[in-house]
Amino acid sequence: MTDSSEQSNRIPAALEVEDLKVDFLVRGIPRRVLRGVSFTVAPGESYGLVGESGCGKSTTAYAALGLLAENGRVAGGRAAIAGREVTSLSTEDLQKVRRDDVSMVYQDPGAALNPTLRIGVQVAECFTLLGASKAEAVERAYEALRRVRISDPRGVMERYPHQLSGGMQQRVVIAMALANDPKLLVLDEPTTGLDATVEAEVLDLVESLRADTGAAVLLIAHNLGVIRRMCDRVGVMYAGSVVEQGAAAEVFDNPSHPYTVGLLRALPRHGARKAHRRLETIPGFLPQIGEELPACVFVERCPLATEICRSTVPPVVEVGTGGGGFVRCHHTDRVPGLRAVAAASGDGSASGASGEPILQLRDVNVTFRQNRKEIHALVGIELDLRGGETLGLVGESGSGKTTLAKAILGIQPADPGSQVILDGTALEPSTKDRSQLARRAIQIVFQNPDSALNRGHSVRSILGRALAKLAGITGVDAEQHLDQLITHVRLTPRHLDLKPRQLSGGLKQRVAIGRAFAGGPRIVVCDEPTSALDVSVQAAILNLLADLQRNERSSYVFISHDLGVVRYLSDRIAVLYLGRLMEVGPAEVVFNGPHHPYTEALLSAVPSVDGAPESRIRLEGEVPSAANPPSGCVFQTRCPRKLGDICESTAPPLVEVEPGHQMACHIPIEQLRALQLAEPGAA
Amino acid sequence: MLVYVIRRVALALVTLLLLSLIIFAIANVLPQNVGRAILGPFAAPEAVAELNRQLGTDQPLVNQYLRLLKGIVTFDFGTSYQTGQPVRDVVTTTLVNSSKLAVLALLLTIPLGLVGGVFAALRKGRLADRVIVTLGLAGSAIPEFVTSTFLIFLLGLKLNVLPVLATWPEGSGVGTQIYYLLLPALSLVLVYFGYIARMARAGTISALESDYTRTATMKGMSRAAVLRRHVLRNALLPTISVIATQTGYLFGGLLAVELIFNVNGLGRLMVTAAKAKDLPVLSAGVLVIGVIYMVATLLADLLISWLNPRIRLGATS
Repeated sequence: MTDSSEQSNRIPAALEVEDLKVDFLVRGIPRRVLRGVSFTVAPGESYGLVGESGCGKSTTAYAALGLLAENGRVAGGRAAIAGREVTSLSTEDLQKVRRDDVSMVYQDPGAALNPTLRIGVQVAECFTLLGASKAEAVERAYEALRRVRISDPRGVMERYPHQLSGGMQQRVVIAMALANDPKLLVLDEPTTGLDATVEAEVLDLVESLRADTGAAVLLIAHNLGVIRRMCDRVGVMYAGSVVEQGAAAEVFDNPSHPYTVGLLRALPRHGARKAHRRLETIPGFLPQIGEELPACVFVERCPLATEICRSTVPPVVEVGTGGGGFVRCHHTDRVPGLRAVAAASGDGSASGASGEPILQLRDVNVTFRQNRKEIHALVGIELDLRGGETLGLVGESGSGKTTLAKAILGIQPADPGSQVILDGTALEPSTKDRSQLARRAIQIVFQNPDSALNRGHSVRSILGRALAKLAGITGVDAEQHLDQLITHVRLTPRHLDLKPRQLSGGLKQRVAIGRAFAGGPRIVVCDEPTSALDVSVQAAILNLLADLQRNERSSYVFISHDLGVVRYLSDRIAVLYLGRLMEVGPAEVVFNGPHHPYTEALLSAVPSVDGAPESRIRLEGEVPSAANPPSGCVFQTRCPRKLGDICESTAPPLVEVEPGHQMACHIPIEQLRALQLAEPGAA
Repeated sequence: MLVYVIRRVALALVTLLLLSLIIFAIANVLPQNVGRAILGPFAAPEAVAELNRQLGTDQPLVNQYLRLLKGIVTFDFGTSYQTGQPVRDVVTTTLVNSSKLAVLALLLTIPLGLVGGVFAALRKGRLADRVIVTLGLAGSAIPEFVTSTFLIFLLGLKLNVLPVLATWPEGSGVGTQIYYLLLPALSLVLVYFGYIARMARAGTISALESDYTRTATMKGMSRAAVLRRHVLRNALLPTISVIATQTGYLFGGLLAVELIFNVNGLGRLMVTAAKAKDLPVLSAGVLVIGVIYMVATLLADLLISWLNPRIRLGATS
């Protein structure tokens, strides 16, 4: 925590950004990306920047570090790191600042490490730059890796980046970042590509190292929960400006800018369910870079906008109890009303999944062979999917979620003996051998609409082909059905003649959803459909999926690493670990507990935007290799509630512990309930 | 690594076997009667049969193929139909000539192409970059015989600094030979510079934009150190395969340059052999070029795997 202004009088701020303006040259024309950003990170303070993609968070950080891409330039204002003006330093001085005072950690740790150099060499390099001898540098590299709690640092030093897991790679990057004992540590989406469990470990690590070193942190993240957990203060950015700033708790609990309110309302929080309420969306789009903006940058999308917002630059209004909190808005007095509306909205209509299972999985196994070794990717999966129901699949990467989805679709045929039964008829394992009817019945929406849609085709031709192939509709009828289809996915006729690259991420995903729904599918597999999208767009897509399900009575198999999203859309949840089902049950039961220890660990790893009490349940170590799974219960090596020998010797069967709630654990449910109640944070 | 090498060499041998099969198949599609083809339509049938017996072309196909395989192993392809000389000698002479030209061209092109490409990448979008890219593109787009003629005109005739024919006096030393080969080699440099420079440029640009380069910059390293330690190795990996594919072509595909500069090389030999239906020479020539190509790719793959731990150590371990 930053405490005294007295202190910051003596020591220069870790980072001071003042009226920073940055342009990018696009085809020779400068386009404004940052429109006067100002904020200060005090020594030892942790400051977060939030906002949707394209708002200028990363650009701010890069500009402050002198790392702008070739076509970017600082057009005004200043940035100073530990009292040194980065924006006017010579190359040598800038190198010195980077070497001594500031470090950075990026989103993709795999890419941040040089693939052709050993870890030891890369870490040691930091120390030789600081003047250590070769041998000394190697020793200090070892110490640095130990400090980030890497097991077997000597072994890791001999390895190459691709031989480490994502979490280990990020630890190495953090070790390098802390090598110079920086005054400022910039973290740009440091946990975005990681599993929630690994994310929790990395965040714990950063927190404890920060306490040790006293480094100030600038954290950039689109995940509001991560920011809330890690930061003392936050700045909310929109269209290249900071529109609100304040203490993290105040900004998230009492947002003062309509945009912040919109962001928070778009999140599925407080255990929100599709049956309770629709998610709020922010209408409209982020302005294009360089676009001439009205006086208030948010006016086009603001529910409170009036004439004055277009004509007069909004004043900086002080808010909050702590110092430095402000908001740029003409209508701060009306924002609390906006928050109230958010809490009260919702239509409450239930979706009502019921009836016979339309899809039954019986003893589904998938085995890969690699180097003459068998890898059991899925083991004995037994699941039912009912009409109009969403089944959420949850688990860390490598747990078999996607493999299960592929086995259902027949893209990855299940082993002989496995049964995928659709409406009482067993399907062929491979899509190739399935009837046209069966293929139409099960469709998929992928995470990345960019690679799922043919770039050469227009929306009309993509959806037209889907109608022809999946529904057999051609000729005159096609036009009418096409209109219907785009209406269903909330596209307009003017989108029809555009190519995917001319659409935003959210619109592309609508096209992908439209394609999946063209043939009136019984089941749609959604594999992380909103992971690549911003919160407000995610909210719109989740609403669309919920609406389509209500109207078309289709069933979803829904995969997401975002538990809030899974909870919002799912009626039932299946938790996978190492290709085995750990727990299956109604969404509320699985989330509220008592839950399987693995589910418990997954849930406790998620940082909450509501600042809920942190649980200290952490999964140690890596997911074991599927080629060599642990004996007995596969989760026993990492289980925080392991009983003892029985867990190592016998695999617990998946049994019904409550009506509709199955679990594979040796611990009796009553005991789990007692254990989990005893540690309230864990629930 | 060892397993990888063994696997890769074994694969090369299989390719060689396939190549021999293809050569054999093509050779046997062409003339029905080799003896008749050589002796002409008016020769006595007895003479034709006798020639076929001598050449072994009256044998069943399987035997003929086995003979080819044996020839490959012992490097003995019989005698040329055309001149009666042993094929081995004919091919060896031309191979040596071709190699001199190809090696000289490679020694000039590779450093120039790499330096040019990296330099262009560092000056991306500026004048130097545009000049290098345009030159390279023009060089690879203009046919060899045009650039050769141009160089002969400029350096040979106008400035009179280099000999226009690659026919050095008998018994010349290495230096003189290089002097005589410089003009043909330069025309090849013009053609191949573009390919290498373009790959090197693209590789460098993507390495410069990568996160690990930014990591190195953020460590506070100087620009030069970042380039040397982090950019170059990653940048040049893709270029190595391009160089390998061009090597095969430099040895056997240079008909125009060989004709213009009067180099008695493989390309010319093959064309004459094809015209004269001199099958043993043709087969041996194709085989030699194939082997050179294979060795070049093999070396490139081994080099890449040595430089790139992801290949050397497998995707996971």
